[in-house]
Amino acid sequence: MAAIETSLNEDTSTAIQLRRGKTRFERKISLFGMIFALPWILGLILFNVYPLFMSAYYSFTSYSILEKGSWVGLQNYQTLFKDEVFWISIYNTLYFTFIYVPLSIVFGVSLALLLNMKIRGQGFYRTLFFIPSLVPPVATTIIWMWLLNPQYGLVNYWLGELGISGPAWIGSEAWSKPSLILMSLWGTGQAVVIYLAGLQDIPQDYYDASHVDGANTWQRVRHITLPLLTPVIFFNLIMGTIGALQNFVLPFTLTNGQGTPANSMMFYVMYLYTNGFSYLKMGYASAMAWILFLLVVVLTAVIFLSQKRWVHYQGKE
Amino acid sequence: MDGSQSAGRMQKMSAHFFLIIVGAFFLSPFLWMLSTSLKANNELFVWPPKWIPDVMHWSNYPDAINYIPFFMYLYNTLAIAGLATLGVLFSCPLVAYSLARVPWKGAKPLFAVTLMVMMMPYQVTMIPIFIAFKNFGWVGTNIPLWLPAFFGAPFFIFLLRQFFMGLPKELEDAARIDGAAELRIYWQIMLPLCKPALLTIALFQFMGSWTDYQGPLIYLSEESQYTLMLGMQAFKSQHGAEWQMMMATLVMITLPIIIIYFLVQKAFIRGITFSGIK
Repeated sequence: MAAIETSLNEDTSTAIQLRRGKTRFERKISLFGMIFALPWILGLILFNVYPLFMSAYYSFTSYSILEKGSWVGLQNYQTLFKDEVFWISIYNTLYFTFIYVPLSIVFGVSLALLLNMKIRGQGFYRTLFFIPSLVPPVATTIIWMWLLNPQYGLVNYWLGELGISGPAWIGSEAWSKPSLILMSLWGTGQAVVIYLAGLQDIPQDYYDASHVDGANTWQRVRHITLPLLTPVIFFNLIMGTIGALQNFVLPFTLTNGQGTPANSMMFYVMYLYTNGFSYLKMGYASAMAWILFLLVVVLTAVIFLSQKRWVHYQGKE
Repeated sequence: MDGSQSAGRMQKMSAHFFLIIVGAFFLSPFLWMLSTSLKANNELFVWPPKWIPDVMHWSNYPDAINYIPFFMYLYNTLAIAGLATLGVLFSCPLVAYSLARVPWKGAKPLFAVTLMVMMMPYQVTMIPIFIAFKNFGWVGTNIPLWLPAFFGAPFFIFLLRQFFMGLPKELEDAARIDGAAELRIYWQIMLPLCKPALLTIALFQFMGSWTDYQGPLIYLSEESQYTLMLGMQAFKSQHGAEWQMMMATLVMITLPIIIIYFLVQKAFIRGITFSGIK
């Protein structure tokens, strides 16, 4: 995110150069820039702006794939608010987001801190934590279904060895979402790589200075490393939240799209997909998409606004 | 953590301790997949679970390939992933170059819009795009799964733009004084310089298409069109008990990605760190 801000500023310099009168060369350049950007200008119109407007329109109609549908005004939205499964899917999605995202940040940062220490086997450890994030989500689901199987699964076997009788995991209402969070944490390796890059960016001088002041390891982490890592944490918090709200493949493949048991695995996008592509209620699903959009905008805005309180950019202090 | 000499042995010992515990959590599902893929059918449900099969059943692999139309799925997946990768390699550097290095009026607003689109949930546009493709008669073909790539992907454009911004301005000035045309500056000077970034987006796109589930789920209806990921699902529901073949298939669809990743890892990491995402 810091990168985005600085790059927006860098732009002004080229823009200023442009203002100094229009020579033939500059007109040529301008045309050239437009032609180069043409694929994306078309892509924006065809795959973003047009669908955005159509989606808003469909959300006010009873559109199904089989028939054009008619204008129904706010009816889709009214029905949604009375739809029990809609609220369950909101609850499940927020539950997952608010537990998984903070956990993944704490877990990812702690791992990155450990991996940044000068210890033997560093390269091996780094590889180890990264590999699961390369595993396709569908494969992740199948592997963990097998591991968490209540009868033959490795996890309950290990728990048994410790004298704990393990739950039914994915099959139980209480444990299905925690199981999903566990599986999702398994794939957080990519964030660790980004944190590591952030850690390596922190100037050594700060540590040297703190050393002179007699700071211990924990104080250095608390007062130097973590504050300077906040821009990276901020980036991962935004991306993680947006991603978590759109959670789909893992719960969908785990439950064959059913969200079982007792809708405890019915996530927002799953319910949207079911309405649109199984029940063919495309208007209804479009209304859901807009509510999701709103949710993403609100949560992202809250995170952005909170930025001033806790994100430290180097050189801005 | 900071290379200070006083970081004691105790600290390093406890670091190893935690890394080994968490490492076991990260590694064991993977090893368990490999182990299961080599077991005999009657060994699957032995209690206590066995890590190393009595006899290595390598035949699970050819059996799995014959159980589902593996090569057909593989071909379908490669076709989609290949075309989509070609698409982003064509469109994204062009756009990113225009946004980063061509001083034209539209560059700044276009970049701002690109950032906004990056935040927009896919589901908002999913249904109208589906309906449009349906009207074109392309639902049930793989066209919707690769065609949009030729029109640019916001995240890749952002990544490449950051990379282009980092290149010295003298490069193109020198070329312009020498009388090189804009297209030549792009094609012969700039593009070769951003090879690591291009490799990065190619890898991202290829892996994204290879592992994509939602796209094929929505657009492909006939089994002859299925990708490996969809094929896996059919395999799971029909032959839920054939865990050993399922795991063998998983090894075969996961290992190529890991191998490709490690082959291009260095360039990949350079591509990411250069782009200022860190």
